[in-house]
Amino acid sequence: MSEAVLDSGAQEAQGGQGVVDDWSRDKQVFGLPWGKAMMWIFLLSDTFIFSCFLVGYMMVRISTTDPWPVPSEVFALTIFGESIPLVLIAIMTFILITSSGTMALAVNMGYRKDRKKTFWLMVSTAALGASFVGMQAFEWTKLISEGVRPWANPFGAAQFGSSFFMITGFHGLHVSAGVIYLLVIAFRVKNGFYEKRGGNYEIVEITGLYWHFVDLVWVFIFAFFYLW
Amino acid sequence: MAEEGQQHPLKIYYMIWTLLFVVSFFSYMVDYLQFQGYLRWTLILVFMFVKAGFIIAIFMHMKWERLAFKLAILGPPVAILVLIGLMSLEGNYVEGSRIESYGESTFEPETPGHH
Repeated sequence: MSEAVLDSGAQEAQGGQGVVDDWSRDKQVFGLPWGKAMMWIFLLSDTFIFSCFLVGYMMVRISTTDPWPVPSEVFALTIFGESIPLVLIAIMTFILITSSGTMALAVNMGYRKDRKKTFWLMVSTAALGASFVGMQAFEWTKLISEGVRPWANPFGAAQFGSSFFMITGFHGLHVSAGVIYLLVIAFRVKNGFYEKRGGNYEIVEITGLYWHFVDLVWVFIFAFFYLW
Repeated sequence: MAEEGQQHPLKIYYMIWTLLFVVSFFSYMVDYLQFQGYLRWTLILVFMFVKAGFIIAIFMHMKWERLAFKLAILGPPVAILVLIGLMSLEGNYVEGSRIESYGESTFEPETPGHH
């Protein structure tokens, strides 16, 4: 009886008292499904990896005495005879945001147990992700053909190439892995795999966390590498 | 609550989705309109944090998690600020000593897209 009262009390406390309760009561600290908590902890570790890359990039950009290539010009594309700065990167950014939106809707539909909509929204997310990777491959090809290498490039400091290939490459790898992950889960949703497991669609939210993280990392790469 | 998962009205997702598009458009405009110097850096950072905030808070549902969890996940990245501070000091020092030892750069960059 008294335990039951304590438990319901633990559910209600918010703010600082809630933190103290969550950590000090004899229960699991985070009232979350373990899969979701683990995905968040993985994403936290990934945050540190990408931060190390971006801080490394900052360090080499500050310390080089050679001029840094102007991203606005390096990533410009000539469309209909007119040079538009950074246009492909802008399109890639919009594609990734679109895919984040479809993913958020997929999570919502998952909890409504609308398997068909969840499936199609996840597949669209994966398709948008795949087109993002395709454009990145195009970007790499263009830069490589212009002589940009990890050790040198004609437009300025050599460190530009190494940071570019390292950071966008690692991000692209995350997007590619995400596309595969999304497709696996989408088809499992479609063929009723989770119906056999009590109809719990938390997995869609967990997949969504990963996908939104990939978008989140791009926000930082876009700001620091392409715009700065 | 945990059993039910994160269920929210669709309206908020559409709203945030639209806002993300608008803010991304603004950050592209920073480059397109060629803002320079502190104005450019400030705008880039503001738009970046706004976008990151929307994604984490709404799309990743952090807004609705309990404070203990928010602190456990969002607290540790603060340490990165220390690394940024140390490495920018170090970077400036390295640049200074390179100029002192080897002189200014003589690199003649090509203009992209003209060859």
